[in-house]
Amino acid sequence: MLTFVNIVVAGLLTGCVYGLMALGLSVIFGVIRIINFAHGAMMVVAMYFVLVANQKFGLDPLVAMPLIAAALFLAGYALQRGVINRYIARPEHEQFLLLLAVSIILTSSTLIAFGPDARSVHVDYAYDSYEIGGVLVDKVRALAALGAISGVAALWAFFRFTRTGKSIRACADNHVGAEVVGLNVKQLYAVTFGIGATCVGASGALLLLLVDVQPYIADDYTLLAFIIVIIGGLGSMPGALLGGLLVGVSEAVSGFVIMPSLKSMFSFGLLIIVLLVRPQGLLGRHV
Amino acid sequence: MNLLISSTMQRRSAMALAFFVAVMLVLPLFAGNYVVSMLVVVLFSAYVGQAWNLMMGYAGQLSLGHALYVGLGAYISGALFVHYGLPPWIGMLAGMAAAGLAGVVIAALSFRFGVTGVYFALLTIAFAEFTRIAFNHFAWVGGSSGLYLPVVTLTRDDIVHLRGSPTMFYYVLLALTLAALALSHLLLGRRVGFYWRAIREDQEAAQAAGIDVFRYKVAAVALSATMTAIAGALMAFYDNNLYPDTAFGISRSIDIITAPIIGGLGTLFGPILGAFVLTMLSETMTSLSANLGVNGLKQWIYGATLLVIVMLQPAGLWPWLKTLLRLDEGKL
Amino acid sequence: MADRLNRREFGLGAGATGALVMTGGRCRAQAQVPPLKLGVLAPRSGFEALIGQGCQRGFEVAVPLLRDMGYAIELMSADTESKPDVARVQAEKLIAEGAHMLCGAWDSGQTAAVAQVSEQHGVPLVINIAADPKITEQGYKFVFRNFPNAPMLMTGALSLLKDLFEVTGTTPQTAVLMAVNDTFGQAAQNAINVLLPKLGMPFRLVDTITYDPQAKDLSVEVAKAKAARADLHIGVTRLNDGILMVREMVKQRYEPMGIVSPGSPGFYERPLIKALGKYAEYCFSNNPWMDPNQALTKTIDAAFAKTFPDDPFDINVGFSFEAALIAADAYKRAGSTNAQALVEALRATDIANRVMIGGPIRFDEKGQNVGNRLASLQIRNGKPTVVLPPTNAEAKPVFPMPGWSQRM
Repeated sequence: MLTFVNIVVAGLLTGCVYGLMALGLSVIFGVIRIINFAHGAMMVVAMYFVLVANQKFGLDPLVAMPLIAAALFLAGYALQRGVINRYIARPEHEQFLLLLAVSIILTSSTLIAFGPDARSVHVDYAYDSYEIGGVLVDKVRALAALGAISGVAALWAFFRFTRTGKSIRACADNHVGAEVVGLNVKQLYAVTFGIGATCVGASGALLLLLVDVQPYIADDYTLLAFIIVIIGGLGSMPGALLGGLLVGVSEAVSGFVIMPSLKSMFSFGLLIIVLLVRPQGLLGRHV
Repeated sequence: MNLLISSTMQRRSAMALAFFVAVMLVLPLFAGNYVVSMLVVVLFSAYVGQAWNLMMGYAGQLSLGHALYVGLGAYISGALFVHYGLPPWIGMLAGMAAAGLAGVVIAALSFRFGVTGVYFALLTIAFAEFTRIAFNHFAWVGGSSGLYLPVVTLTRDDIVHLRGSPTMFYYVLLALTLAALALSHLLLGRRVGFYWRAIREDQEAAQAAGIDVFRYKVAAVALSATMTAIAGALMAFYDNNLYPDTAFGISRSIDIITAPIIGGLGTLFGPILGAFVLTMLSETMTSLSANLGVNGLKQWIYGATLLVIVMLQPAGLWPWLKTLLRLDEGKL
Repeated sequence: MADRLNRREFGLGAGATGALVMTGGRCRAQAQVPPLKLGVLAPRSGFEALIGQGCQRGFEVAVPLLRDMGYAIELMSADTESKPDVARVQAEKLIAEGAHMLCGAWDSGQTAAVAQVSEQHGVPLVINIAADPKITEQGYKFVFRNFPNAPMLMTGALSLLKDLFEVTGTTPQTAVLMAVNDTFGQAAQNAINVLLPKLGMPFRLVDTITYDPQAKDLSVEVAKAKAARADLHIGVTRLNDGILMVREMVKQRYEPMGIVSPGSPGFYERPLIKALGKYAEYCFSNNPWMDPNQALTKTIDAAFAKTFPDDPFDINVGFSFEAALIAADAYKRAGSTNAQALVEALRATDIANRVMIGGPIRFDEKGQNVGNRLASLQIRNGKPTVVLPPTNAEAKPVFPMPGWSQRM
């Protein structure tokens, strides 16, 4: 029983980081309606930056998180403004191929720069764990989850209280209406992509605490982000977080109850069911 | 439509096609096994690209999980051969049936529930991945250790049992590719082809015009799946070993779609051209990066090439090449 | 007198010059024997890049060393990119470019593809590493494997466990198996159920936990393993999941009597030892390994350390060297590059002066060497150290292992 609780807790904590990662995708898809297949690749690049900061300057990923978030915001903004903007009205397969090409370039760049072996970050508390009422809580996981929650909170505040945030939500709700009202949609799209990239960067920094980085993990995380976003509901921020938690816990539980090697199969099965039965996801608005 | 295209243009297209076929027919007589085995890879890609093109280029449905049908065709024909000694061409029929059924199920479920566009694409990925992991645990087909087909070394080619040299497979695949080309050409000129293009352009308008959109979309997926399974079965007997991760994997699905998109979506010859260009590019890169010894350089150049083509020639290379060769208004 | 040659000195000088001219001529005649063109295939890029690069280093260090031993080979290298389709085309390319023999390819799928090409062209293939038994069950005449197949690996690895318990006097009652769901893991699962009763193993298998090779987080799997409360933890892993597994075990305070990895990579690889540091100590890996008693091993170790000072001398290097040695040796005995002659020479191979642990290199009628022996390696002071069998051991095994908190 205790093992089960341990696993669920670990799943919830990991789920928080997943939620932040998926949030980036949800924001981009919800507003710009573009499938960012380079999502995982962007995150891997961010992870490598944080790794280098850790190895060269001894920077803890938690400290590096806001820095990488800012850096990726600029990169995302530039990417959208420079390249992606022209593809918004284009057919899906062209968008897909464009972002696939970007993803391949990013992944192979990390491969050239760092090689194929997995690398991990070194923090002093890497092997520590808390014991709370018999439940073993991994310290690193707990801190990563805290980082993720603060990231999500900051984002929520941005969208709720700032002018730009509200304008972006307006764009998402009604593109034409937003333009009619005088909002600079092109600029807002770029900002949105930048924010999506910010989430990706921040979650990458946190994820580096939990997993080892390798060029080949990019596609797995892109897919995972999609699963979470669709289950949670597109365009819904609480949905992304809820989706993250759900996937984190269900992966853990299915692994424990059935067989861990079937974990992903379970997640994909869930995705199929959600897509067929409730495509708007748990908290999304009707498609 | 035929009246609008000058007879000169049509003749030019026909001549170009005839020239291409002639070259492909005699190539193995001059080229060694290395070139032939490379061309086998090209033809695999060209044929499957054509199958995928039917679904995407004509009916407008983006499938990112086409490896599912390749894998089903390969594993079913392979496993039936290993366990029951079933001849490959018969096992292939079983594989085609399974793939066709899978296609119908996926399409019917999706379209009935109104899942289209990006969501449909993601659904196809989910089904392919689900099947991949399932096969990794399926002992009857060897699970993740792979399925090995017993190999018999013969001194001559045996097309009935699909045992022979790369040259034999080359001609089989060439025949298939040309057959797919002919089939696409045929369908385009008939009612089903027009309906598909109408659905691709504007699904709601097509529905309003009285077309049974649901039925034609499912038909496109089923046909595409069944055709793809044939290539899967051939792959099983050519490679003689199958692994779920390579057969059903997402990298295979991505490889399947890059050739037709680069070559030219919705054109007859596009997938074939795309397959040639990409395989040649890949081989050149292999030699280059082997000499330079930089791990990852080949993929980088591959990605950069894709990017350049998507940005400069989004309709694909074939339309551009057609203009160059002045085959513009031909039927290809 | 110093500046005038007397008759005796002239005679000696003439004699010496004559002898030199004659031997020089004979040397030139020997050098006229063209080197064997050896096409070597390895996954130097892609998923298995690290391993493939290790194999490549083994081939490369072989060339000058074999030359010193009186053999002459010329390497033609190809990268399989960790994909069977590419492996096939590259094998065709090497043969088209004139390779007399092929060596490769570490991965069973890629090796099977190369073997087919080899057989079709009648070009001999010497397999350095590949474990799937079916490769030598196809009735091939041109394929020779110097590596134990998966059943041999598992039998050897599990027998060594029995020896370990006897030598250290500690016997676990229960064991849990945690296996990656790929070729190695499946082989382990299949074998272990058959071999436990057959070999008379003293422990009972309480649970089997399999996980996806792409798993980035093994917390659930390790939690399950811990919940099994077994004495012995048997982990069949690759490199990255091996690291993840031990890390989680430390974090979850799971301390079995010992961690053993039978017949799979991971626990002898340098990146794992580097990543885990003190926690890698005392982990066992039962695999074929280099024989510390063989003179050739010491020679290669020294040469390798000079040519590739930053890279490990492990089984990828060892077996690749042996494959090149086998090819060169067959060529010398055959005296020609004719494929049939080479095949017959390969069949008659009998090399006692070798690198890896086991009897002389010989092939049975299926082209399989059944004489290789496994060793039990334990990570001690940051190095995989042979602790069993006692005849090849460099140190005595430590079992049970000290707890995590006791590591220095």
